[in-house]
Amino acid sequence: MTAAYDPPATRGIEAPRAPRRKLGGRRSNMEMYSWLFMRLSGIVLVVLVLGHLLIMNVLDGGVHRINWGFVAGRWASPFWQVWDLLMLWLAELHGANGLRTVINDYARKDGTRFWLLMLLAASVLLTVGLGTLVIFTFDPTIS
Amino acid sequence: MSQSTALPGPGPVAVPPPRRGSVYRGVEGMWSWVAHRITGVLTFFFLFAHVLDTSLVRVSPDTYDRIIETYKNPFVNLLEVGLVGAVLFHALNGIRVTLIDFWSKGTRLQRPMLWVVLAVWVVLMVPGVYFMLQHTVRVMFGGAA
Repeated sequence: MTAAYDPPATRGIEAPRAPRRKLGGRRSNMEMYSWLFMRLSGIVLVVLVLGHLLIMNVLDGGVHRINWGFVAGRWASPFWQVWDLLMLWLAELHGANGLRTVINDYARKDGTRFWLLMLLAASVLLTVGLGTLVIFTFDPTIS
Repeated sequence: MSQSTALPGPGPVAVPPPRRGSVYRGVEGMWSWVAHRITGVLTFFFLFAHVLDTSLVRVSPDTYDRIIETYKNPFVNLLEVGLVGAVLFHALNGIRVTLIDFWSKGTRLQRPMLWVVLAVWVVLMVPGVYFMLQHTVRVMFGGAA
């Protein structure tokens, strides 16, 4: 920036080794944390989701043995409650963050982008809220 | 990919013909990215429906059981195979993407890692499909499988 010789053609262009300037507080590491979150949650979800699919769809008759009693039996154990709760939260946040990227990639108008992101946020609030409520308030004596 | 501008014909390096029909030329890397996107979005939409159907355990055992019968329908059972296949690919390719980002050799080995992903996918899906469809096949074709 403070080069001794600054010809008109290059005026305003920073020198290659110029120290980084602050961009008026608009810089944040949000996207880096989002990128990191996808990797970290992804690794955990590999275990949680593939384990869930193996138990629910493949082992011991798969989906054909699932009914209300089966779910009640599993949620009698805090282990599976925590498993399902963690899976719900991580899968929703991981999926929503992925869909946020997809929306940002393909939405052409700012209005479209805004409303798609709002719809996405609403769906996350609904599913995470409802799912958490159900896991915590499940009543095995309901029948 | 430093492809030389070799002349066509016999030679040490066979130059592939220019690819047409796509604006992208990323080849395997691009298609794995496309597949990762599609499987991810589909799984997210399924998750929305799945949280809602599971929430019926809070309504009554009968309501839940009636909805969960849908999952046992032969056609829906086939869709579940598709879901498991999609999630499994997304998981394996996600591990590959993570290795590309964090492993010093990841970028160089991204292509062989994709073949490993597909090989592991096939190896896991073969028994997976067998067990997932076992019941449906037995009911529909009687005694088979």
